[in-house]
Amino acid sequence: MEEPILKVEGIKKRYGKKEILRGTSLSIRRGELKILIGPSGAGKSTLLQCINFLVRPDAGRVWLEGKEIHHAQGRELHHYRQQVGMIFQDFNLFDHLTALRNVEIALVKVRRMSRNEAHDRAMAELERVGLGDHVQKYPAQLSGGQKQRVSIARALAMDPKVMLLDEPTSALDPELIGEVLAVIRDLGELGMTMLMATHQIAFAQALANEIVFMEDGLIVEAGPPEKIFGCAENERTREFCSKVMELYTDNR
Amino acid sequence: MEEWLYIQNEAAPALFRGFWVSVQLIIPSATLGLLLGILVGILRVFGNRAVSAAANLYVTLFRGIPLIVQLFVWYFGLPYWNIYLTPFTAAILGFSLCSAAYHSEYIRGALLSIKRGQMLAAHSLGFTRTQTIFSVILPQAMRRALPGCGNEIIYLIKYSSLAYMITCIELTGEGKILASDSFKFTEVFLLVGACYLVMTTLATLLLQALEARLRLPGFEHRSF
Repeated sequence: MEEPILKVEGIKKRYGKKEILRGTSLSIRRGELKILIGPSGAGKSTLLQCINFLVRPDAGRVWLEGKEIHHAQGRELHHYRQQVGMIFQDFNLFDHLTALRNVEIALVKVRRMSRNEAHDRAMAELERVGLGDHVQKYPAQLSGGQKQRVSIARALAMDPKVMLLDEPTSALDPELIGEVLAVIRDLGELGMTMLMATHQIAFAQALANEIVFMEDGLIVEAGPPEKIFGCAENERTREFCSKVMELYTDNR
Repeated sequence: MEEWLYIQNEAAPALFRGFWVSVQLIIPSATLGLLLGILVGILRVFGNRAVSAAANLYVTLFRGIPLIVQLFVWYFGLPYWNIYLTPFTAAILGFSLCSAAYHSEYIRGALLSIKRGQMLAAHSLGFTRTQTIFSVILPQAMRRALPGCGNEIIYLIKYSSLAYMITCIELTGEGKILASDSFKFTEVFLLVGACYLVMTTLATLLLQALEARLRLPGFEHRSF
């Protein structure tokens, strides 16, 4: 079997007395779309943020393409983060920059591209997510769906090897969710490796290679969508899935 | 008629000289004060414990001691250690250091108001901490701090009048000399006041123009 592109092992994180992650391990192969589900507070978001060390885990190891990441070393950490795209629930676009500059800035500052080169690349990425006409707008002038698509373009411009998506549609009005999911679906079809936390069950069911159910800082069960949504082994998984299925069936 | 001749022949040339000295005090002090204030603000928010404690101590001292006392220390106190500053240099030093302490407070507040997500996003793209502060956090924070910093610059224009207390004869100093010689206190100090009003009005207009230039969608100062 092919070596996983990204592997995490034994990630632990606690805030004060509360243990958020209790030794979580998972791996993802090239081109896979893996979806994290679970109740709020299960640790999905913390896990994603620990994977690129936005939150420093208390314990655990991370490998990208077989190479272990030593996150205490600044240079290595910054290089690693360039290769792992991150999409946030609340977009986190740079509020003082236009859509175009949002995509350009990391190319210029981090990848040391020339302004011209960065401009062309940023335009291409914004067109890819369908925002070619909005490049000069500021975040405050964009809808939630458009903002999230800019943030996807911004991450893609860095040529990431893996993308981590932290509930990318949770902050969106229902009618804007579709446009963002469509972009993510297209990425998946182009072979992007993605690890995504979401409550979009229909989307997960249709496109995920694997569903990972998390609760209380632990992975309870993982498997293909048919198994997790159809005949999960663990009772908590079944309970959670039946609840969300009920809630989200109108979105199909 | 006699009044008019006095103003034209004696008061105006002296006040004009003083006005010019004041401008030469204010422009470097405002510039240095703002730059140092930005630096101190950043160190207070993003520095490690020792650095931010040092920066806080600086603010406590320079915001807590009357400016006139600070000026006396720079001008009359330093010679004790064989450091001799000209009145002009001592005034600029005193104004810049005091002004920076106030600026840093406005800037600290603005830096803290920027959402954590902005920093997370920059880090996730591979920005270093310094890059994040200077290309993401500070440009946003300065837009929020600008009204406060502008206020401090207006204050600076007025407290520059303390320079004459350490024998740097600027606008107020010239006024004091004129008035003592002629006993025309009312006329002279009304003119001096008008000169300061001209400076503060010009500064206000400049600051408004700067704010307008830096205004971006999402950063408006709304009046509710």
